[in-house]
Amino acid sequence: MAFDIGLATLVLGVAAWTIAARDTFAAVIGFVAFGLLLALVWVRVAAPDVALAEAALGSGLTGGLLLSASSRLAHTNGSAVIEKPSAIMRLAAALFCTLMSAALAAIVLLLPEPAPTLAPQAAANLAATGLGNPVTAVLMAYRAIDTLLEVVVLLLALAGTWSLAPDHLWGGLPGRGDPVDRGGVLTFDAQLLVPIGILVGIHIFWVGSVAPGGEFQGATILAAMWILAMMTGLVDAPGVSGRWLRLALVVGPAVFLAIGLAGFALAGAFLAYPESHAKLVILTIEVPVTLSIAATLALLVAGPPNRALK
Amino acid sequence: MPNSTTAGGFLLVLAIVLPVVGVLLSLPLGGRYAQRVALILMPAGLAVAVAIAVGVWRTNDVLQYFVGNWDPPLGVAFRADGLSAVMIVTAALLICGIGLFARAQFPTPHGAEARAPLVFWTLLLAVWGALNAVFIGGDLFNLYVALELLTFAAVPLVSLDGRAETLAAALRYLLFALLGSILYLLGAVLLYGTYGTLDIVLLSGRIQAGPAAWGAISLMTVGLLAKAALYPFHLWLPPAHAGAPAPASAILSGLVVKAPFFLVVRLWFDVTPKMPERIAAQVLGILGAAAILVGSVVALRQARLKLLIAYSTVAQIGYLFLMFPLAIEPETGHAWASTAWTAGMLQAISHAFAKAAMFMAAGLIAEALGHDRIARLSGIGRALPITVLAFGLGGLSLMGLPPSGGFVAKAMLLTAAVAEGQWWWAVVVLTGGLLAGGYVFLVLARALADASEPVTLRSTISPGRQAVVVALALCAVLLGFVPLRPLELLQIGRPDIAIGGLR
Amino acid sequence: MSDATLYGVLGAVLVGLGLFGLIVHPQPLRKILAFNLIGGGVFLLFGVVARRGASAGLGGDPVPQALVITGLVVAFAATALAVALLLRLFQETGRATLRSDDSPP
Repeated sequence: MAFDIGLATLVLGVAAWTIAARDTFAAVIGFVAFGLLLALVWVRVAAPDVALAEAALGSGLTGGLLLSASSRLAHTNGSAVIEKPSAIMRLAAALFCTLMSAALAAIVLLLPEPAPTLAPQAAANLAATGLGNPVTAVLMAYRAIDTLLEVVVLLLALAGTWSLAPDHLWGGLPGRGDPVDRGGVLTFDAQLLVPIGILVGIHIFWVGSVAPGGEFQGATILAAMWILAMMTGLVDAPGVSGRWLRLALVVGPAVFLAIGLAGFALAGAFLAYPESHAKLVILTIEVPVTLSIAATLALLVAGPPNRALK
Repeated sequence: MPNSTTAGGFLLVLAIVLPVVGVLLSLPLGGRYAQRVALILMPAGLAVAVAIAVGVWRTNDVLQYFVGNWDPPLGVAFRADGLSAVMIVTAALLICGIGLFARAQFPTPHGAEARAPLVFWTLLLAVWGALNAVFIGGDLFNLYVALELLTFAAVPLVSLDGRAETLAAALRYLLFALLGSILYLLGAVLLYGTYGTLDIVLLSGRIQAGPAAWGAISLMTVGLLAKAALYPFHLWLPPAHAGAPAPASAILSGLVVKAPFFLVVRLWFDVTPKMPERIAAQVLGILGAAAILVGSVVALRQARLKLLIAYSTVAQIGYLFLMFPLAIEPETGHAWASTAWTAGMLQAISHAFAKAAMFMAAGLIAEALGHDRIARLSGIGRALPITVLAFGLGGLSLMGLPPSGGFVAKAMLLTAAVAEGQWWWAVVVLTGGLLAGGYVFLVLARALADASEPVTLRSTISPGRQAVVVALALCAVLLGFVPLRPLELLQIGRPDIAIGGLR
Repeated sequence: MSDATLYGVLGAVLVGLGLFGLIVHPQPLRKILAFNLIGGGVFLLFGVVARRGASAGLGGDPVPQALVITGLVVAFAATALAVALLLRLFQETGRATLRSDDSPP
């Protein structure tokens, strides 16, 4: 309990730093620390799958995205001083937000005991899905439609990001093209780390059917490895109109949808799996989905094309 | 309410799957095929939509589908009642019209893939799929994912032309939409924590008035109001809808902004049917009245046609929220509640057609003249008479003049307001109608005026596109001739409200 | 279940803190940071609900945990799109601001 109180205080402190810091770069560093501490909180509330996702995606990839954005926008902090709201506005906002937090905390404290839960139902139906990890069962079986739609959401966000390219650069390459630290320590680290990272990512994805892990966490690690490789120049970013790239992005949701539609004939409903082969079917969906999500996540960090195709 | 998948429920799956297939085909096939994929899927989607409506009408009951054969609360359900069916058909008709209209504006390139056509057709299909997912979603978290899908599809359409103003408008739209989504999700968390389910039907049985339920509904409603651009959250809408290309503005003002309103209706009438929400309903009504007055007055002062139409959307959204104080627990019994409820839905649908037609007409005028300054519209009436006619027909619905769907909707609102003794809403409706008349006649007077020198058109506007615009405007007008019986379609799935009142 | 309650209060405070940051900072990048903070708080509240639902041999209710993972992915996609829009706006105008009326409520 004492540990929890300490952890909660630390999280709060770092969050306050993120809001209060004057310099945007410092605020983003605070945010990355916040995400990592939050991952510890997730472990404490017995949600290791979420802890992995928070650390990799919420803190790692998001932090990387925001760091690179804040360094590109570093010279615009001056205008903020002119536009800051008045002291009265800030006081009113502080009052309003304090009231809101208090109301929320009150509702949380008043939540019913014993808590309503779907854990028994989830556990009881686990055998029918052939899986050992109930969170994966929820994502891939009970609420598979949410996961399918979410993969499409990711793809759309990428399409939207790409749409921001100027017309004459369409089809070009994202990123700046000049690798950081050419031949230096970072490149050496990347050469060591990327193959290991790929193996770790695949492992975390694979083990997710019976233990904490899964396709999103594994895909995030694979995406991070690709980003590292692009940053250090080990590989160059792909042109956004490449046929193979487009196919890689779409193969995951396409296979998911195809198997879902096959469920009409083979198991009686959309996104139903035949009972005897459920785990095999789920793995067949997960492999291309992991690939597509990894590619989509990495390209979301890379941004819209801003170099012409050579 | 059936307790398992009904026959015909698979159509609900198709309503979402067909547009998603389109998105998944467009990206790898590339910009040279995106338009073809879209134009092939549009009639198919329209057929599915009509089949859903026929299915609901025939069985006189809700169409339901348990995805993956998992029963709620563990699994996710799709449900289509009469209201969903009507909205799905409206969406399909609008998308088909926009598709035909936009063929010339986003043509298939002959050489390499071009950015704008690929993005437009892919995002249009995505918007369609997301709208259908919102209309049939039976689970609050599934609806959250559908709302995010809708936002991510709509935002890049605003900044499609890449100018600085539209980029800023798109970013502002995204920030408001994200605030709305996160508040909605917070409410859903509170509901799950208290009742152990996010399924709408199961929740309606378990929910009781209490701090958690009130907190959740307030948070979700505020979030959805931000997404629906109800006053005072309306600031993002005019630059976003005016800056988007005309076919995109048509779907944005026509249906994208109605989806959060649809969810507020679901929340208030389906999830919490028995909670005493009278005061909150009056607040919604006051905000709606403010939207009507502020939106209309600012519209009168606009110099650009597309901005005028966008501010008009802000005003017309206000009418939708006038329905709440009139449909919630009225003093004089259920008859007038159903009148007000039907009025709100009819307003949503006829505005969708009318506003889409007006934006597309404005788009044609801007293409023809090279600008959309209202002061310099003289002579366009002679050059593009059909287009200006379409604009006028759409305006009829906005003003609430017969014959039009808007007239029937506003008449029903007036009747309900007077019958329930809430006469102040009647004053608002009438004032709003007068102000709408003001800005519509402002435009028509200029357009029909004779120009001092003959108008030279920058480009030829094909009669086919003008025909599509008029067809959509006529839909808004024809809704005024619909006899009351088909309106019973809207009531299917709502056992406590019986249609009546206006007979 | 008292550790769950503690983290529940933490989640509530994070939501309020993030909302304050959203209202008070004019720069869009700080607003995006604040959004992620609010999101962290909302997801934590969901996680507390999951922890309170521990039963049937599981440490927590897996349904909210899965929904949080979905939410994390969607939140990342939103951040990526917002950052891309902001950077493109900066490229076009040289400023990273939404001008005077940029704050939601």
